[in-house]
Amino acid sequence: MQRVRHNLLNRALAHAALITYTIIALFPVVIILINSFKTRKAIFRHPLQPPTPDTFSLIGYETVLKQGDYLHYFQNSLIVTVGSLFFILLFGAMAAFALSEYRFKGNTLMGLYLAIGIMIPIRLGTVAILQFMVAAHLVNTLTALILVYTAQGLPLAIFILSEFMRQVSADLKDAGRIDGLSEYRIFFRLVLPLVRPALATVAVFNMIPIWNDLWFPLILAPGEETKTLTLGSQVFIGQFVTDWNAVLSGLSLAILPVMILYVIFSRQLIRGITSGAVK
Amino acid sequence: MGSLTLKNICKTFGKVEVLHNIDLEVEDGEFVVFVGPSGCGKSTLLRIIAGLEDATSGDVIIGGERVNHLPPSKRGIAMVFQTYALYPHLTVKKNMSLGLKQAGESSAVIEERVARAARMLELEPYLDRRPAELSGGQRQRVAIGRAVVREPKLFLFDEPLSNLDAALRVNTRIEIADLHRRLGTSIVYVTHDQVEAMTLADKIVVLQDGYVEQVGAPMQLYNDPDNIFVAGFIGSPAMNFLDARLLDMPPDVRTIGLRPEAISLGDDGPIAGKISHLEHLGADTNVYVHVDDKLVTVRLFGQHDYEVGAAVRLCFSPGSVFRFDEQGKRIR
Repeated sequence: MQRVRHNLLNRALAHAALITYTIIALFPVVIILINSFKTRKAIFRHPLQPPTPDTFSLIGYETVLKQGDYLHYFQNSLIVTVGSLFFILLFGAMAAFALSEYRFKGNTLMGLYLAIGIMIPIRLGTVAILQFMVAAHLVNTLTALILVYTAQGLPLAIFILSEFMRQVSADLKDAGRIDGLSEYRIFFRLVLPLVRPALATVAVFNMIPIWNDLWFPLILAPGEETKTLTLGSQVFIGQFVTDWNAVLSGLSLAILPVMILYVIFSRQLIRGITSGAVK
Repeated sequence: MGSLTLKNICKTFGKVEVLHNIDLEVEDGEFVVFVGPSGCGKSTLLRIIAGLEDATSGDVIIGGERVNHLPPSKRGIAMVFQTYALYPHLTVKKNMSLGLKQAGESSAVIEERVARAARMLELEPYLDRRPAELSGGQRQRVAIGRAVVREPKLFLFDEPLSNLDAALRVNTRIEIADLHRRLGTSIVYVTHDQVEAMTLADKIVVLQDGYVEQVGAPMQLYNDPDNIFVAGFIGSPAMNFLDARLLDMPPDVRTIGLRPEAISLGDDGPIAGKISHLEHLGADTNVYVHVDDKLVTVRLFGQHDYEVGAAVRLCFSPGSVFRFDEQGKRIR
């Protein structure tokens, strides 16, 4: 009996802690969401109140969808994010496979070199990157952004994935070699499916910073044709007047695709984080 | 012409030399077991034969053809791994047929060979299952099946029984012996368990620290070991080693060896000791006797009772004493 009650108390405490954290984490998101459906006056008078029939308004969403090429920004963000993720996962996994699978001179050194990128922020090199992009005629293209984000995401991807790939049974790869599979087929057909949780983890960790980034779109691709969502939303924030309805609505819309991608990856993500901890 | 010849194989990892000038001949249809403690290089040698590892120097010849530069799939070998190494996302049938498909065999041939192997290994009910839905013994049979369908010139087994529990290990051991009789293909089999080596092999290769200590038939190694290592490694319980000064021996003999089953207990043997422990196994009784500060194992057949602490003498015929010199070499 004693034990059962003890367990119940433990569980109640654990849940209380988790619920508190969830409330804190969700609070700003919920505030943005409810205020995006309110009139400007109501936003400032009662910021914490949910929309009532009196204060309900879709004016923010109307502004957002009318002004600027919002759908186009959306599309740009999506292309940049998905494109960068694809290259990060592909090249990151390939490099990780080489580092974990093959014995060659300088293997450890190469691994360290690739990991240095985790510690040095890529923004330190912004000026050089801009000069390079100008010279390569890549300014104001989505390609520039995809290249930069791929470079930014690779170090951590290689670090995480090579750890996971070391855990893939060596016998399995050898069995593939004896059956005559090429190294590429061993990589794509045997190893990649087994590290899928790690791939999802890397994807989620990279996806959100890329989607939210303002710095590189502003510097490398500020043109109307290549504006991303975050950059596009800035038009509503002026020096003297800010259209809060539009800003909040724009941000609310921007959450959606990330949420959808997260739901797709989340089951794998949880497995990726807990694997190793629980067998 | 044998089915496998190794000529002067050496292997170094960095500065560490793990295999030293290994020469070996495997005849057609022979069952050869590499045995030795862990780290003796037996698995590395097997991987060199398979082509998963390159030898630093020396030649690997399979079926009369030098295969040093051929990839594993072109060497005419098939391998069974300790961890089974089945493809987790493929069904049993696809696991078995993948190698043939890669080799470009026609689907009729593949069907026929997979069906035959499945019948032989009693895997027919499981062909559409995935490895995760099979028990350990069944998985190992699938791994063997995957090797069998390739119809290789040489089978390689890398500690295939280590992951199975004791009862299943005995069964699978018999199955492998049976498989060898039916197929008649040469087998190279790696294990650290001398019982597996004794029960399966036509020829045992005892390895230690990258050197071949002795090659021979199981009974030859048991009855006539070349050195102290082989004498101690082959046979269970292991041979007892005692200081030669206990007996009246020539001066170059440093150590004497006595098999536990060659000793009996009596009142007038040459060596005195004290009983320290008894193990009753039903068919045998193992008696541990303290001689000076050494523990000597005595294996008596049948059931015997002694009192712990009793003084006894070890009796054995002079012909059953193995003699070794300072370097551990046998003096015959």
